[in-house]
Amino acid sequence: MARIDLEHIRHAYGAAPKSADDYALKEVHHVWRDGGAYALLGPSGCGKTTLLNIISGLITPSEGRILFDGQDVTQLAPEDRNIAQVFQFPVVYDTMTVADNLAFPLRNRGMNEADVQKRVRETIEMLDLGAHANRKAQRLTADLKQKISLGRGLVRQDVNAILFDEPLTVIDPHMKWQLRSQLKLVHKQFGHTMVYVTHDQTEALTFADTVVVMYGGEIVQIGTPQELFERPSHTFVGYFIGSPGMNVLPVQADGAGVRLGSHHIPLPKPVGASAGEKIELGVRPEHVRVGREGMAARVSKVEDVGRQKIVRFSLEGQEVVAVLKEDETVPAEPHLSFSPEGIGIYADSWRIGGGSR
Amino acid sequence: MNKTWNNRAWFMVLPVLLIVALNAVIPLMTVVNYSVQETFGNNLFFFEGTKWFEEVLASERFHAALGRQIIFTMTILAIQIPLGVIIALAMPKSGVWASVCLVLMALPLLIPWNVVGAMWNIFALPDIGLLGYGLNWLGFSYNFTQEAGDAWFTIILMDVWHWTSLVVLLAYAGLQSIDNAYYQAARIDGASTWSVFRHIQLPKMKNVLIIAVLLRFMDSFMIYTEPFVLTGGGPGNSTTLLSIDLVKAALGEFNLGIAAAMSIIYFLMTLLVCWVFYTYTMKGDEA
Repeated sequence: MARIDLEHIRHAYGAAPKSADDYALKEVHHVWRDGGAYALLGPSGCGKTTLLNIISGLITPSEGRILFDGQDVTQLAPEDRNIAQVFQFPVVYDTMTVADNLAFPLRNRGMNEADVQKRVRETIEMLDLGAHANRKAQRLTADLKQKISLGRGLVRQDVNAILFDEPLTVIDPHMKWQLRSQLKLVHKQFGHTMVYVTHDQTEALTFADTVVVMYGGEIVQIGTPQELFERPSHTFVGYFIGSPGMNVLPVQADGAGVRLGSHHIPLPKPVGASAGEKIELGVRPEHVRVGREGMAARVSKVEDVGRQKIVRFSLEGQEVVAVLKEDETVPAEPHLSFSPEGIGIYADSWRIGGGSR
Repeated sequence: MNKTWNNRAWFMVLPVLLIVALNAVIPLMTVVNYSVQETFGNNLFFFEGTKWFEEVLASERFHAALGRQIIFTMTILAIQIPLGVIIALAMPKSGVWASVCLVLMALPLLIPWNVVGAMWNIFALPDIGLLGYGLNWLGFSYNFTQEAGDAWFTIILMDVWHWTSLVVLLAYAGLQSIDNAYYQAARIDGASTWSVFRHIQLPKMKNVLIIAVLLRFMDSFMIYTEPFVLTGGGPGNSTTLLSIDLVKAALGEFNLGIAAAMSIIYFLMTLLVCWVFYTYTMKGDEA
């Protein structure tokens, strides 16, 4: 268990990067606290696996230092960092039994056999693998194999951190829930620092207490699930988190507010954007009010998804999505307005202000 | 689903049947025919039952040739399989050098067998060959045309040179199919190089190695051209392997009955060993 300091880490896969775009991972400088459950969330190719492999030592970063509890481990090999990592596809040692698979990392470190057996028994119990303990690992199903991979991480009690690289990709949906809740339980019980890479927002939001959203090789926001939802600091976060994603509308600064086509939307203070920056207004569908007042819009599509309706409007040529309860109806001549607390103003995709405060 | 039954479909198999009959079944049956009959001039045949088989199985000459054959095959397997795996492990995994290595490895396999024999014959000649002359120059007394031990050394070296590449290529293909995550997980589990080999690489190579052993067993058990060109079975009978002995009996001495019985025993042995080996190793997989 350890605090992880990432100091000015950058990484490029090719040699001698010239511009910022050559870096698969742009500068990351953060402290991850001991015992935290972090999720690295982002689309494929955003650098999240690179960052994870830098923490585990499979990749040495081009620049920067990484510290575990204040100790520089940048140049240490993975086996010397005392971390556990679970990969996207289950890795099991085919010729060994399940129990031997779990014992493998312990035996490699020269632990005495009595302690090995004790730890293996506890891990088998924790992951509910008892029925398979003495079977060869080869013919088991994907989710059992992934449990074994997981078990090899959990069997070492003193690990600095447990890293997960999209571990539930190959698992059946109902097993996903089970495994995820088992993971949360393990986290509560033992308090390991856990880092969980995923591109699935549900997974990230349910697993982690802190979600790190990555986009295009950089961290765009770190926060609790609630913060990410309510105050996305980058339009990508607004779009990526929440379903349907945030409406992002191009606007112009206009006095103490912004102008959206022919409409003026008042804000508590003028938009402080510098010239040439692209200004956008972000508002989540949950904060779009549909009624008889506000900006006139046209319904283009209604999707009934059971307990709510997703209504797509055309407003000044832009698509605006609103979420309505199942018993709410759209008036004949619908008008839209945005709740002030739900409005965010973005300059070149980064949040610079909001509708309230 | 409704299936249409039409027995005329069997006609589709006819061409294959015809080809197989012409190139395999009929020649084989001819051999069977010879193995149970005595042949005289003017195409006179007499049924002899199992006489030739009994004679072959009791003959010391056959035992000696079979013994030499088994020693030869076991020796080259014991060298080529581990050596092939070691070379495959040492080869680069990607990049230009991987391609260069692959091409170099494939070269011996592309050379016709009698050329291999002729090459090694010249290479090993004690007076002008690089190997033969070199060994004598270094102080070893070496003459493969006169010393049985030297002849054995040379045919084994030749076979290792010619065929280890096949094992390398198969093992290399097996290694390439291992996902990088296995190596990463092993590093994190703190596995030693030996553990990685024992628990990841070897199990993943198992199937291609079974194929390699099978191919090398069959080929080496039936080897003819190369030792025939290199040593002609000599000196004396010291490198007369089964197939060389068989050709001597059939074409040299014109003992068609004996030769036919030998062929069938030979064929059944190869078939039996391959079948037992294959079923045994594949059964372990099911458990």
